[in-house]
Amino acid sequence: MLAKRIIPCLDVRDGKVVKGVKFEGVRDVGDPVALAQVYNAQGADEIVFYDITASYEKRGVILDVVREAAKKIFVPLTVGGGIKSIDDFRETLRAGADKVSVNSQAVQNPALIREAADIFGSQCVCIGIDAKKIAENKWTVFINGGRVDMHLDLIDWVKQCEQLGAGEICLNSIDADGTKEGFDLPMLKAVCGAVSIPVIASGGAGKLPDFAEAFLETGCSAALAASLFHFGELTVQDVKVDCRKKGILMR
Amino acid sequence: MIAIVDYGAGNIFSVKNALDYLGMESQLTDDAHAIQTADAIILPGVGAFPSAMQMLRERNLVDVLQTEAKKKPFLGICLGMQLIFEKGYEFEACDGLGLIPGTVEKIPATDLIIPHMGWNKLEYGIDCPLLKNLPEEAYVYFVHSYQAFVSSEYLAAYVTYGGQIPAMVYDGKTVFGAQFHPEKSGETGLQILRNFGGLLK
Repeated sequence: MLAKRIIPCLDVRDGKVVKGVKFEGVRDVGDPVALAQVYNAQGADEIVFYDITASYEKRGVILDVVREAAKKIFVPLTVGGGIKSIDDFRETLRAGADKVSVNSQAVQNPALIREAADIFGSQCVCIGIDAKKIAENKWTVFINGGRVDMHLDLIDWVKQCEQLGAGEICLNSIDADGTKEGFDLPMLKAVCGAVSIPVIASGGAGKLPDFAEAFLETGCSAALAASLFHFGELTVQDVKVDCRKKGILMR
Repeated sequence: MIAIVDYGAGNIFSVKNALDYLGMESQLTDDAHAIQTADAIILPGVGAFPSAMQMLRERNLVDVLQTEAKKKPFLGICLGMQLIFEKGYEFEACDGLGLIPGTVEKIPATDLIIPHMGWNKLEYGIDCPLLKNLPEEAYVYFVHSYQAFVSSEYLAAYVTYGGQIPAMVYDGKTVFGAQFHPEKSGETGLQILRNFGGLLK
């Protein structure tokens, strides 16, 4: 059976990790490749670089980061943030990414999902989704970093993504994000029940048992966290040890 | 020198990156002469079986690979592993390189997610030099929707996903095939590539 995956996410702006903190043995705390290597050594099953570079002119910088990372890290790499076109997909994959995560642009132009899946294969098309609860068991999809409500039903949207050929969904809960009170289990359950492609849990992880809880209570295939790993509160290894202890298959 | 066959199928750079990282000399090439003079061959590949065979035919590489793979270490990776077999049934029936008897067909429909994508644990069959010095629990990274159907005499490792999926096949001589991506399988994958490098004269 497939092992559940633990995925650290690095937010990168202009080629530097946002709000870098000191890790043992890492001189430049802002260097995304050095930090990714730390996560790799901790047993990360995949690494996400999320580009939050504001200016379009500096978009190429993230590709340099990916190129460097791909020379030193031999686990799957995912790149997200600012992906708008088939050309962005192509450039990102060529730089050495294994998967590309697309969020706002997929909502605005769903045809991009099908086109990317046809050209590059479903396995490299990950749909990032920011969603927020509006009623009991009802959520809507937001874009532009969770700022704009598209009044699009989450469950309708994930089903559409799957039909269009998406290979994976990275589901971020706006309500849980930053709370450190655990993943949004009701939302995860609803999405995992609606699609048969893998779902990555994102947003809300704050303590060790949160990861095992998501795996035990929902059908999610992977769990992602950023600041928790980034600020050294927990290591990927800590999380894996806890999950293993609870009978969850881990690499 | 390892020839990494560059025939337009998939991300070959990650294989090259991994070999560079390990200090194993390699060259991306679609040149028959370079493949003939190399010490070993890696055939990568992502995509569909018939189009990959078509691309090999267009470059006149089918005969060369069939001959050279029997002379020196040859490793097919992912789709490159599937091309080792006699016949593929992805979209249409298509002849493969026929280096090891067997066929390639869709992973039998179960209630499991297809593609089989992620980390799965190797279980072992016949003795294989590429699988030496691996950790006790060796997980490797897979992304595929089709699988090989091969006799156990060629099966060096498999994983369980619904049924058994061949992970590493070996003809007992020079031909190896990895359904997973050693270049994306962390330290375990690097060790497998190191073992392959160890076979070079």
